[in-house]
Amino acid sequence: MAQMFEKLQFYMQYPFVQYALIVGVLIALCSSLLGVTLVLKRFSFIGDGLSHVAFGAMAIAGVLNLTNDMPLVLVITVISAILLLQTGKYTKLKGDAAVAVISVGALAIGYLLMNIFSKSANVSGDVCSTLFGSTSILTLSKFDVWLCLALSFVVIVVFILFYNKIFTVTFDEDFSNAVGTKTNVYNRVIAVTVAVIIVLAMNLVGSLLTSALIIFPALSAMRVFKSFKSVTICTAIVSVSCSVLGILIAILAGTPVGSTIVVVDIAAFLIFMVAGGIKK
Amino acid sequence: MSQIICTDLALGYDGKTILSGLNFSIEKGDYLCIVGENGSGKSTLMKTLLSLQEPISGKIEFSDGLEKAGIGYLPQQTVVQRDFPASVWEIVLSGCQGRCGLRPFYNKEEKELARKAMELMGITQFRKRCYRELSGGQQQRVLLARALCATQQILLLDEPVSGLDPKVTLEMYTLIEKLNKEDGITVIMISHDLTAALKYADKILHIGENVFFGTKDEYLSSSVGRMFTQMNGGDE
Repeated sequence: MAQMFEKLQFYMQYPFVQYALIVGVLIALCSSLLGVTLVLKRFSFIGDGLSHVAFGAMAIAGVLNLTNDMPLVLVITVISAILLLQTGKYTKLKGDAAVAVISVGALAIGYLLMNIFSKSANVSGDVCSTLFGSTSILTLSKFDVWLCLALSFVVIVVFILFYNKIFTVTFDEDFSNAVGTKTNVYNRVIAVTVAVIIVLAMNLVGSLLTSALIIFPALSAMRVFKSFKSVTICTAIVSVSCSVLGILIAILAGTPVGSTIVVVDIAAFLIFMVAGGIKK
Repeated sequence: MSQIICTDLALGYDGKTILSGLNFSIEKGDYLCIVGENGSGKSTLMKTLLSLQEPISGKIEFSDGLEKAGIGYLPQQTVVQRDFPASVWEIVLSGCQGRCGLRPFYNKEEKELARKAMELMGITQFRKRCYRELSGGQQQRVLLARALCATQQILLLDEPVSGLDPKVTLEMYTLIEKLNKEDGITVIMISHDLTAALKYADKILHIGENVFFGTKDEYLSSSVGRMFTQMNGGDE
């Protein structure tokens, strides 16, 4: 035990570990906030689809040889989020089918681009680290750290300001419309925020695992708590503690950060499931 | 004084007209029941009145100080709501959302309004309870309290008693009648339950192939009404 703490203390001296923890906590906090809404609105798969789009966007950034790929990825993902929400109502391609088409398409095109234009010798390694995050949280540049901090801040402020509106729109869209709330606007706010969260979360767990980070803490909290407020607070706490624990375990055991965090999230979900069962 | 006047209204969706030539007006304090066969356009009419969709032609005028956001709406329950983790208080308070505009949080008056609405509906003791754990009748009362937060003038109820047992149904009707008679709130109700419609409403709007609008007594002696009551009267 003492040895473990010594090892941790040793690692904590390095700025990249400190960055990883700070950014990790913020990303976990942000990604948990809209989880409840996504689960309840049956939007879980939109999160998943968007993360694939983000992967495709990252491939494009790679081809263009951009040093900072996050801004481009962000723009492309936000635009896709808005488009995906539109499809539900007005086009022939409905909800989940549209998500499937866009996400699989982006995945395929992304991989193709990476393969054709890659300058590195280890394409499958690159792909793997984009999909599963492996060590990207530990290799953040200073610019990335600042961008993550700024975006997390924006997400949290937006969530607090729109908290009541998000609740109303999630609970009953028709009623909100009838009392004059502009649900379209708020749905778009939600979609854009989700897109930002996904781009953030990619740094922590890689693009394939982002929805786990968004969905699991929300599902855990919903097992036990009964009001929207308590569920939201519990989701945030679960998400942050799972991520911190995951990062620390990953550092000590030398496992990939992203998948370790998700496994901790799954463990938490199981515990909450049992707790919810007992409470009933 | 008329609160809502509909002139030569045609309704439908996706450009298809399902109902046309609708003329009726709703006075302050009315208790109007909208009846008709399934698929005759009852819900479409409701949505059009709420401005959730545009009429194909004709016009709807709101007057007597009634604004678009001044209508309280009791929708049919959705699938999402069945496993929604929300306390009764949170849901009732969300009825004030229309009053907030861009303001992010609820103010004191709005909280007071929500408290009064809960008292009126007799659900104050459920304040902290989880919505999904309440019985069907209690859930309807929560949603009615929410609708009351949105308006003091006019309520639109979409099948308010569907899925409730007879005893709770009666309680619900009594509650709605009280709101109409004692608090002077105009009630517009879509209903399958013709017996109850004829018992509580004072005006009937029958839609379908034949359209009828008038008082309850006029309806009972009209040809549309006689045919429909004979068909439906026995089994409800």
